Amino acid sequence: MAGAIWAVTESGDDGLKSISFEVIACGQALAEALGSPLEAVVMAADGSAAAEALAAKRVEAVRVIEDAALAPYTPDAYTAALVEAIKAEAPSLVLFPHSYQSRDWVPRLAAEVDAGFISDVVAHHIDGDDTVFVRQPYQGKLNSDCVFAGDGINIVSLQSGAYLADDAAAGDGAAEIVKQPVNLAAASRTEVLETFQEVENKVDLSRAEVIVAVGRGIGKQEKLPVVEELAEALGAQLAASRPVCDNEWLPIDRQIGSSGQTVTPKLYIAVGISGAIQHLVGMKNSGTIVAINKDANAPVFSVSDYGIVGDLFDIVPELTNQIREAKGTG
Amino acid sequence: MKIAVCIKQVPEGDAHLKIDADGISIADADLATEINESDQYALEAGLRLVESQGGEVVVVCLGRDRADEAIRRALAMGAERAIHLNDPAFQGGDAAATARALTAAIERENVDLILTGLQSDDAGWAQTGPILAARLGWPSATLIMEIEPEGDTIKVKRELEAGWFQWLRLPLPALLTIQSGISTVRYATLKGIMGAKKKEITKVTPVDIGLAPDEVGAAGRKTRTTRLYVPEKTKGAEIIEGDAATAVATLVEKLQKEAKVL
Repeated sequence: MAGAIWAVTESGDDGLKSISFEVIACGQALAEALGSPLEAVVMAADGSAAAEALAAKRVEAVRVIEDAALAPYTPDAYTAALVEAIKAEAPSLVLFPHSYQSRDWVPRLAAEVDAGFISDVVAHHIDGDDTVFVRQPYQGKLNSDCVFAGDGINIVSLQSGAYLADDAAAGDGAAEIVKQPVNLAAASRTEVLETFQEVENKVDLSRAEVIVAVGRGIGKQEKLPVVEELAEALGAQLAASRPVCDNEWLPIDRQIGSSGQTVTPKLYIAVGISGAIQHLVGMKNSGTIVAINKDANAPVFSVSDYGIVGDLFDIVPELTNQIREAKGTG
Repeated sequence: MKIAVCIKQVPEGDAHLKIDADGISIADADLATEINESDQYALEAGLRLVESQGGEVVVVCLGRDRADEAIRRALAMGAERAIHLNDPAFQGGDAAATARALTAAIERENVDLILTGLQSDDAGWAQTGPILAARLGWPSATLIMEIEPEGDTIKVKRELEAGWFQWLRLPLPALLTIQSGISTVRYATLKGIMGAKKKEITKVTPVDIGLAPDEVGAAGRKTRTTRLYVPEKTKGAEIIEGDAATAVATLVEKLQKEAKVL
């Protein structure tokens, strides 16, 4: 591979987003496999803190694209900035997180620099001369292997969680920080009017990435905090099987199954749910399914990836604690 | 307001997917299909805009003969007419090749607004809309939840991550990709279905829209799918043994390292 690999990071109001290190981790693996230098890229109004954090990682350089026009985010400014940088430096492969933000502008970038673009990648492997990128089309029901058809500049975006931020290795010393000049005089056509958080009203579980669902096994409404805490630790939506909603322990808009909502989150944790077919049809296409149930023969295990057989009141609090520790919030 | 809505025909959500003998596509004999879900919401949003602002919705669809079914349904829901990019040369493209074809077809229509779904339920690139906008030189916004027309500009509500939203203003013409669930998608009425039979579907080939056949489809793509396969999934759950603390520790590690969902 001729040019450098760029790992383009994402910054928000609170600085560098953690998903950025997942892109670094993937970039390090690709750089090693392909013998190409890896450079981190920061795009922000003020990128100095982000640049310093990235310079501690094993990268050849950190390129900082700094301009007042980069906050708040607009697709025009981000596209113009990176088009200019790419034209000046000619990297061969540019990596991004597959975030809501990158989905908004990276396809435009690909069109502007005439790049191949493989989006929402979950893994890669080297096959002879080809770097193969694995995707999950058909809403994750199937996998596909994708390669680039041309030798020009290529772009890859990585599904959140596909690579581990913890795998982003530290470097021997601080990497060089390079200012990448851009001219963003042409105003963005998009005007950002207001950014706000909405109070949650009616629950739409279909878009939840993580769901903790509770069933009859919880026994009574007073015990619900056990699963609520797990959901909170995971940043998950709380859902339920029909008996829980029929008993009005949770409102009906949290019901999963043929008479409730159909969901396909990345992670579904079924707690105290035996797995009647009416429930399974609503969740069996989820990415990874975990079942916790006292009955080893419960049908829910047949559609699950991982199972723990035992008393949920022992297992769930333990899981909550360990998740908090793993997420650094314990 | 003249609006183009791009729709894609995809397998039904619960359709049984059988991998074709070519190893890279889904066998389409007896395959139940529908209009891609978020495209249905894009169509609904377009129809509502036309109802309040006047104008027309033109449906644009790249697909084989069988996509006629999806197009007829869109016409039955209320679209005025349709452009069907239907030629063997259009097949096998990636998002870039498909967007190039759609751009050429829509360019000559003089529309004020293009609506698409946020991504397809089959390939799921989430690229075609913004590439189309870039090729036209138009502004775009993705994951749109609400649209308020304001004459020469448009005010839209965009979904951000973790429960955050944003109001944006864009000049027209512009392209929006629509999030599922922004409104209730109407059913085609019997009258609509009967009326759709008389509506115009313009079938176009690459040459009809000023493109060479090797600029689109498989010949015009920049990425290639080499294999489509069922992900390895053990039959039934892997039961994790041990006391609560040990079993949970093993589970957390597997969720991080194997399943990569934490």
